[in-house]
Amino acid sequence: MDTIQELALSLQQGEAKTVGELTRRAVSEGVDTKTILDRGLIAGMSVVGDKFKHHEIFLPDVLLAAKAMYSGMDVLKPLLLKEGIPTIGKVVIGTVQGDLHDIGKNLVGIMLKGAGFEVIDLGNDVSPERFVDAAQKEGAQIIGLSALLTTTMPVMRIVVDLARKRHIYGSTKIIIGGAALSAEYAHEIGAHAYCYDGVNAVDQVKRLLGMN
Amino acid sequence: MTPFRERLRAPVPIVGDGALGTMLQQRGLKPGECPEKLNLDRLDVVEEVARLYVEAGAEIVETNTFGGTPLKLAQYGLEARTQEINARAVAAVRKAAGEKAYISGSCGPCGRMLEPYGDTPAEVVFEAFCTQIQALAAEGVDLLCIETMTDLSEASLAIQAAKSVAPTLPICATMTFDPTSRGFFTIMGVSVPQAVEGLSKAGADVVGSNCGNGIEAMVRIAEEFMKHARLPLIIQSNAGIPKLVGETATYPEDPEFMAQKSRILADHGVKIIGGCCGTTPAHIAAVRKMVDALPK
Repeated sequence: MDTIQELALSLQQGEAKTVGELTRRAVSEGVDTKTILDRGLIAGMSVVGDKFKHHEIFLPDVLLAAKAMYSGMDVLKPLLLKEGIPTIGKVVIGTVQGDLHDIGKNLVGIMLKGAGFEVIDLGNDVSPERFVDAAQKEGAQIIGLSALLTTTMPVMRIVVDLARKRHIYGSTKIIIGGAALSAEYAHEIGAHAYCYDGVNAVDQVKRLLGMN
Repeated sequence: MTPFRERLRAPVPIVGDGALGTMLQQRGLKPGECPEKLNLDRLDVVEEVARLYVEAGAEIVETNTFGGTPLKLAQYGLEARTQEINARAVAAVRKAAGEKAYISGSCGPCGRMLEPYGDTPAEVVFEAFCTQIQALAAEGVDLLCIETMTDLSEASLAIQAAKSVAPTLPICATMTFDPTSRGFFTIMGVSVPQAVEGLSKAGADVVGSNCGNGIEAMVRIAEEFMKHARLPLIIQSNAGIPKLVGETATYPEDPEFMAQKSRILADHGVKIIGGCCGTTPAHIAAVRKMVDALPK
């Protein structure tokens, strides 16, 4: 097994320290940065996402794998910047105003980062203005809205309307997710996609950006 | 009143109460507001909901303290008022229930994830539950309900906290499961047999499930609990998965439907039958009627 395979495997097992060490080792062995990212970190997270989707592993395992991924990313980030390797896309995410539930939103962030996207996480209780401001400032292609509570779901429509008013609707696509949501609801409020979980969010974002 | 442990041994099921959060929302609790803050500002509303459940025939009424750990209250900057928030909630239920219902101190998740997958050390979570439960016990709850748990470690810490600060209080402990292609699991990956083993080992007196995906899934969860648990069971289902009609959420399962399915729970020997999100005093009244009509 080469360093990259070992790296992908220890990421799956959530071994943050080992992933950091193996990433550094791969760099020192002269493996190019993009390969370490794609075949090490992203490949590892893809297996994690797949197992999670099939309920073979659960949230704690995903969170541990994410921590491991971050410790590898910390090593790679300065190199990616220096070599001018772009991320495959920029996504602004957050839980809508009035809602403090962030597990689903965090999972979406983990899966998107794990797939190679740059994720700007605005946190919980995010106002419509903050979503749209951040998307404009960062030039994000996607805004991801999360809401667990049925009482906070209506805020999503306000974000969509504000994106229209600021003329970013369309060039920036809006995806939504949350326990009580549906594709019908996304359609009704004018969101571009409904994502039923974090893994699906990656598929939807790639579809909207014409990547698959 | 018959001491709660004695009532647990009687053959007739005990009727629990229904939802609190959704009832408070109908009475003006806004999205994103701290439900427990009403214990400080609008105790009349909290008391009103408790009274409605007592009138509907609930024998157990829960306190408005689901998010009453200092860790959870800190999300609203209210951690310094933990004592007061919990104490006033107990007083409100007592005023509504008198000697007609047992007061159950509600303890929900602390809102933080434990190390190593999260950032919060076990001691911090344990301390938070100790603080809340001490306040509930001092004000005289009859039992505790540690509920909507998805992480077995957190549930066990809460039970251990109860054992350490209020060793004589009976403890109901419930977790929330979702159906998957591989059976029922909590989002943290706890199966029903694991929940039974862990909650029992930690020292719960009654184990079971609350919230979830509606009464039909809950009957299947209860059947799985039956296979593994030796302790009495508690089941408090929500009224189905909410659907948005216009901009308001409605729960699809009506009182008659829930009562009819709850009959299966009673036949299985489930000891405490109540409701969770979306259930109302009408749901509890229907369950009461069903229980009263059970063959003696």
